[in-house]
Amino acid sequence: MALKSLKSLGNQAAQPLAAQTPLSAPDGAAQQQKKRHRITIQREIIVLLAMLVFNLLFTQHFWSLQTFNVNLTQVVTIVIVGIGMTLVVATGGIDLSVGASMAISGALAPMLFMNIPGAGGIALAFVLPILAAAACGVFNGLLVTKLSVQPIVATLVLFIAGRGIAQVVTDGSLQAFNNPAFQWIALGKVGGVPFQVLLMFALVALFAWIVRKTLFGQYLLITGGNEKAAYLCGVPTARIKLIAYTLCAALAGLAGLISISVNSSSDANVVGLGSELDAIAAVAVGGTALTGGKAYIGGTLIGALIIQLLRFTLLAHGIPDAAALVVKAAIIIAAVYVQRRSR
Amino acid sequence: MTQSGSPTPPSPSAGRSPLLEMQDIQISFGGVPALRNANLSVAAGEVHALIGQNGAGKSTMIKILTGAYRRGGGTVRFEGREIDFRTPKEAREAGISTIYQEINLVPFRSVAENIFLGREPRRYGLIDWRAVQQRAAALLESFGLQIDVKKPVRSYSTAIQQMVALARAVSSDAKMVIMDESTSSLDEREVELLFTVVRKLRDDGRAVIFVSHRLDELYALCDRVTVMRDGQTVAQSTMAEMDKLQLVTTMLGRTLAAVVQEDAAAREANLARRGAQVMAAHNLSAHPKVTDVSLEVHAGEAVGLAGLLGSGRTETMRLMFGADPLEQGTLAVGGETVTLKSPQDAIARGLAYLTEDRKGDGIVPELSVRDNLTLVCLRTLAKHGVVDVKKQQAIVDRFIASLGIKLRSPDQPIRELSGGNQQKVLLARWLAAEPSLLLLDEPTRGIDVGAKADVAKIVRELRDAGLAVLMSASELEELTAVADRAVVIRDGRTVAELNGAQMSESSIMDAIAYGSDGSSQIAEAAHTAHIEDALEGDRHGA
Repeated sequence: MALKSLKSLGNQAAQPLAAQTPLSAPDGAAQQQKKRHRITIQREIIVLLAMLVFNLLFTQHFWSLQTFNVNLTQVVTIVIVGIGMTLVVATGGIDLSVGASMAISGALAPMLFMNIPGAGGIALAFVLPILAAAACGVFNGLLVTKLSVQPIVATLVLFIAGRGIAQVVTDGSLQAFNNPAFQWIALGKVGGVPFQVLLMFALVALFAWIVRKTLFGQYLLITGGNEKAAYLCGVPTARIKLIAYTLCAALAGLAGLISISVNSSSDANVVGLGSELDAIAAVAVGGTALTGGKAYIGGTLIGALIIQLLRFTLLAHGIPDAAALVVKAAIIIAAVYVQRRSR
Repeated sequence: MTQSGSPTPPSPSAGRSPLLEMQDIQISFGGVPALRNANLSVAAGEVHALIGQNGAGKSTMIKILTGAYRRGGGTVRFEGREIDFRTPKEAREAGISTIYQEINLVPFRSVAENIFLGREPRRYGLIDWRAVQQRAAALLESFGLQIDVKKPVRSYSTAIQQMVALARAVSSDAKMVIMDESTSSLDEREVELLFTVVRKLRDDGRAVIFVSHRLDELYALCDRVTVMRDGQTVAQSTMAEMDKLQLVTTMLGRTLAAVVQEDAAAREANLARRGAQVMAAHNLSAHPKVTDVSLEVHAGEAVGLAGLLGSGRTETMRLMFGADPLEQGTLAVGGETVTLKSPQDAIARGLAYLTEDRKGDGIVPELSVRDNLTLVCLRTLAKHGVVDVKKQQAIVDRFIASLGIKLRSPDQPIRELSGGNQQKVLLARWLAAEPSLLLLDEPTRGIDVGAKADVAKIVRELRDAGLAVLMSASELEELTAVADRAVVIRDGRTVAELNGAQMSESSIMDAIAYGSDGSSQIAEAAHTAHIEDALEGDRHGA
């Protein structure tokens, strides 16, 4: 068939045309373009740096390892959930059930390591809860892709039911524990830096790489950028969305484990409560458009840090936490406004 | 008789001054003129057909009339007064009512509520529901329609919904009703019903502007016609004075005499050289747009898919690409019968499909030219799921150079490129996947003349390199410039196949107008005496 002989089609067809139209992209212009591209996250970085400078000048005892660690550890779960949320938002969706996924994984883990002794129990306590959370993500993904339910409605199902499931599993009781081996994920330190902080940075780096360099990452942005075009170009849009929701829920499951380790207790009523909104806020402040087609994982980290630092600054200057919530809302509005204007 | 080709002065309707007079209307979008000296003159008590190709300026004209756009020049007189509507609301209040293809009713509210929406009769400051229902029922009964006006609009068929929209226009004392492609989703019986109502409106002394691509309907309903092309009014006449073939030629901008013969020999030679069959479609159908389409494409030939807007060209291509489910018929790729469940299947079998709607389902606007160009072949560039950036860049560079894509950098978002360059990127996107069959749906739509020539040239070179090409274009000139033969479809059916020397703009137009492949009928058909026969013939035969 003719197929074989067309292997170098682009080349063949090309020759006659190549001569007539020279490539019109001078190097200088190309470099300028590159510079312009990085600005998207630069803006967020500048805000963060400004806040750091402000605190260095006006907040007492800000320059200490302890302040540094406190702020970073507070932000870990939001960032990890936010990474997954960034993926889902990139497809043009949203996941309201991440808090519930955290609660489910947080409820399961103590039941495993408290009842199964030894290293096997610890290992299972990491693996099974994350798998359970991932299953929630599969459920969300199927609702969105197979049944074409709007993401906000589809994930509302587990937002409501998920925490209920966690409470049923634990009989609604608080599980208190002291298990240094399991809790090392949150309390352990490597070279003076909390392990959970290193884990957070590692995950940010990993997913930033996935989005930029892998086929999945490209398909994610294409699906969110123009789903009809993606489908017509043979992109498995349904599978990409399913994977995004599954990863999002699995990461939420991991965040749930960190959360209970920090507290040495698991209360299905409390674990991950409100974290979906914190994560969405971090994504929005980090420059990822909620309309889909973009994913700035690094931006989400910076977004979460901005929100956290803002809260810290207000608290350090004697402004009550309740008032800080209002300021948090204000910064989200400001971030979304700036995003819209730059378009 | 008004001949096509050259602009004709507005024909003065005897004695009466027209209800609407639009003269020398001009408008530009971003420096590109969309209307240049367009005219439209409609009298009270007539149904006026407004026709033209995609992009001829019909809808722009209507939008100016209804206040959706502000005109750049010219005059609009309505009821003898010069007017300049700033919003659609002002036009409505002056008595101009528009019924769109997608009916703008509130689906979950009752028929009666919809008719009087915003103008409900009141009693003691409250809505008088009884009066609303009685008046709605009376109004519809005057249309010969007896339905329960308390039921929600969505429980009725599209035709009845159209009539509810008409009733709304009438109840608001509209002096002029604009119907934009109102019949495109109706079946024959429903169309008849709707026409009865439209005729009644006309007999009441209202004016109706009727936009449709179905020629038969125009002759069945309309009194006069205005033909637009390239933003200009090219003909104004009564329907009786213009036969179907003239209508088509005027619309497409070709005269009967312009029979292009010079390329015939080259086309025949090409067809003789063509290779094995790459794809064959037999009796495809998927309601309502495609009823019976058969065609085949061989390696090394370019086949033109001709037909008016709405004839089922796009739908046929989508079926061939597995983008829509096939109801009946078979597809064969390389002689082997296949079932294409999704575009992914089609791509795996070496098919490529450049869509008509570049913005809607072509480009991914926010992504870079690089990412857009390698969208389809990306899968083959990935090793263990990681994209080989070097290979990707090599492909991007190669196609930017070979197709002459003008840009600042491959990192530039594609939305910043001109239409012609976007189209080249999309073409490259498919070529990079090394297909054996290219389905090109209006590849030259909305791009400038230079880019059009480039695209035509590229397609010819691809054909010569052995690729099979199926291409549609509204501009016949562009189609015949590239294609070796043409398949003509009309109302979702293949009505003619014109090979090599048989194919010319006039033979294609003939087939579009009469639904037969008689290339020798042109001269005959031009005689008015034959029109009635031809009309009868295709009404029964089609």
